[in-house]
Amino acid sequence: MKKVLALVLALALCLTAFAAMADGVAKEDIKLGVILLHDEDSTYDLNFINGVKDAAAALGLSDDQVIIKRNIPESNDCYEAALDLADEGCQIVFADSFGHETFMLQAAKEKPEVDFCHATGTMAHTEKLANFHNAFAAIYEGRYLAGVAAGLKLNEIKEAGKLKGEVPMMGYVGAFTYAEVVSGYTSFYLGAKSVCPDVIMKVQFTGSWYDEKEEKAAAEALIAAGADLISQHADSMGAPTACENAGIPDVSYNGSTVESCPNTFIVASRIDWAPYFQYIIGQKVAGEAIDTDWTGTIATGSVKLTDVNEQAAAAGTVEKLAEVKAQFEAGTLKVFDTATEGFITKDKAPLTSYLADVDTDPAYTPDTEVVADGYFHESEFRSAPYFDVNIDGIELLNTAF
Amino acid sequence: MSTVKKNEVREPLIHLSKRTSVNPVRAWAIRIAAIVLGLIVCGLVAFLLIEKLNAHPEKIGDFYTAFIKGSFSTSRKFWKFLKNIAILLCVSLALTPAFRMRFWNIGGEGQTLVGVLGAIAVDFYLGGKIPEWLLLILMFIAALLTGAVWGVIPALFRAKWGTNETLFTLMMNYVATFLVSYFLVIWVPSGSSSLGKLKYGKLPSIGNDYLLIILIVVALAVALYIYLNYTKHGYEINVVGESVRTAQYVGINEKKVIIRTMILSGALCGLAGYLIAAGLDQTVTTESAGGQGFTGIMVAWLGKFNPLAMILTAALIQLLNQGAAQISQDFDVSGAFPNVIVGIILFFIIGSEFFINYEIHFRGHHGLAEAGKEAVK
Repeated sequence: MKKVLALVLALALCLTAFAAMADGVAKEDIKLGVILLHDEDSTYDLNFINGVKDAAAALGLSDDQVIIKRNIPESNDCYEAALDLADEGCQIVFADSFGHETFMLQAAKEKPEVDFCHATGTMAHTEKLANFHNAFAAIYEGRYLAGVAAGLKLNEIKEAGKLKGEVPMMGYVGAFTYAEVVSGYTSFYLGAKSVCPDVIMKVQFTGSWYDEKEEKAAAEALIAAGADLISQHADSMGAPTACENAGIPDVSYNGSTVESCPNTFIVASRIDWAPYFQYIIGQKVAGEAIDTDWTGTIATGSVKLTDVNEQAAAAGTVEKLAEVKAQFEAGTLKVFDTATEGFITKDKAPLTSYLADVDTDPAYTPDTEVVADGYFHESEFRSAPYFDVNIDGIELLNTAF
Repeated sequence: MSTVKKNEVREPLIHLSKRTSVNPVRAWAIRIAAIVLGLIVCGLVAFLLIEKLNAHPEKIGDFYTAFIKGSFSTSRKFWKFLKNIAILLCVSLALTPAFRMRFWNIGGEGQTLVGVLGAIAVDFYLGGKIPEWLLLILMFIAALLTGAVWGVIPALFRAKWGTNETLFTLMMNYVATFLVSYFLVIWVPSGSSSLGKLKYGKLPSIGNDYLLIILIVVALAVALYIYLNYTKHGYEINVVGESVRTAQYVGINEKKVIIRTMILSGALCGLAGYLIAAGLDQTVTTESAGGQGFTGIMVAWLGKFNPLAMILTAALIQLLNQGAAQISQDFDVSGAFPNVIVGIILFFIIGSEFFINYEIHFRGHHGLAEAGKEAVK
């Protein structure tokens, strides 16, 4: 009897051990592969490198548990790199660039046992693969906050009687006329408008995510056209440098530019990817599924603002930002608030309904109603932004991109 | 070169003279020595620049084995290695007929890129609407045609107005890049300028996804070797390359040869573009040619424009590339580092050609007198 009992117990022990193994991967066995479009020289990719290194340090992973492949183009090379990382024993493979997506999908179909995570992508929710996931952050909340800082600065300029024109005008240097950029500059504009109601904005596109010369030229053109303040969604130092040279206040992106622009840098928003890397590793260790679409927020620590540069910012900026941030955390404030009268209008009419192109298809057909309960539901139906409405108050100077 | 005046020989400290004959054994000994020396210098540079190596000098072995690991540690890496050689070789082969004729076609990058664009344009508009085999054929024709057009434009200008083909072909690269940007804006209304992998227009896999590409390029290398060395066209190309006047004297219409050869050169770049488009990416970006139009120039030069020797030089370059990428990954160093490594080794290899072709004499050294006489001649 004892023997039988011992045998049963031993068997049960084996089974539970086996079950535990099947469930998750031990933390010290985790391997994460990261595919980057460029390297440290690009602020965009550097932001991911910092994120993954911070996450590894926070979780106590060793150096050889994270493998980084740099300079992987948006081509078959990405597919090769992803499978190569799987060969090297990575249970999770991550890629950082929008154009990597279709090649990551191809790899995901071939290696169902490996999880493939893709930042900024749009196809996970329609492809419905168990091992392919998209991620982004509600950076529009960060840009709204940055916009509040900009609006306060404009009020200060206005009170001092130093506006260049009749009404406060902001200039914005954008990369492409893509939803991610449109969502970004609109939320920035709305942040400013929330404290400076008569503000207008002009947007100049460069047709590139990184082109220092073009970005500088675009910022200079906007300043010449009467901009009292500049912000940008492009990855180089072009616009901040132009602002410092001209003495025009600047709200930056991806990181602080205070060192090169001590007199004009106000604040910058950025996405911190460390929480996402911690999340996917955590899910793998716990043996749980990774979300198909994961949107980082201020609450998850994914949307961050740099320190405010008191030298350039308006008085009281820090306090006001803390107040607005608390409203976001409490969920009482919506960036794309369509209920407040006169806040978001298109062709002078309120935005009561909008079909967004959420599901990717070859014809780019709008498919999902995203305005409800008094606000535009950005990044809820998928993680990547889809707000691409041209609202009143914002003028696009060129749309060829 | 030294200038030696009559009766008044002022001996320079170092004096160079061209070797009259090159001993192949000696030549290869110099080449191998250069590579070994290059690798040693790479190790030293790595030791200085890579933190992980500096802290753990015992890992220097991993540094060198990475060159092997990068291409041979898994079968996937090995196939990738062969495929990368094939694509690079295809571009190099395409440039060779032009180079043999001393037509400096540095527009291989653009000719390849428009080849990709041509193939993808057909794929974009017709994919899924016509049978796959027909689609692949039309993509093939489009790629070769666009490549040929891109190649023949500078040739026509050179033949008609004597324009400088080096500048012209170079500028055509930029036009090609912007043409791709232009179409991406039209094809991708969402504004992201990222077309993504298309569903149709993929070359069939014969056992391995890359095998067909490799076989096509091997066949091309053999065919081009025969074309350049054993046909009338090949002979005409060589004569025009040696001397345009000789060509005119013997009744070769050199303009016709230039135009015909550049059509071939451009079309073969288009073929490389087709292999990239239908064999690998099924998409186009401004980076689709990936700089291979320029690397291909080096491969052709190092292989002395001999299609069979170029197989070896292409393999060497890809071995270095994949090894350097592996080093970047294993030692977690920034993306520029692989280029430094590859650059150092290529510097030594190209430098070694100098020592193979020239002799160095130091002041007071025996043999200077004879060398001086040779230089005077």
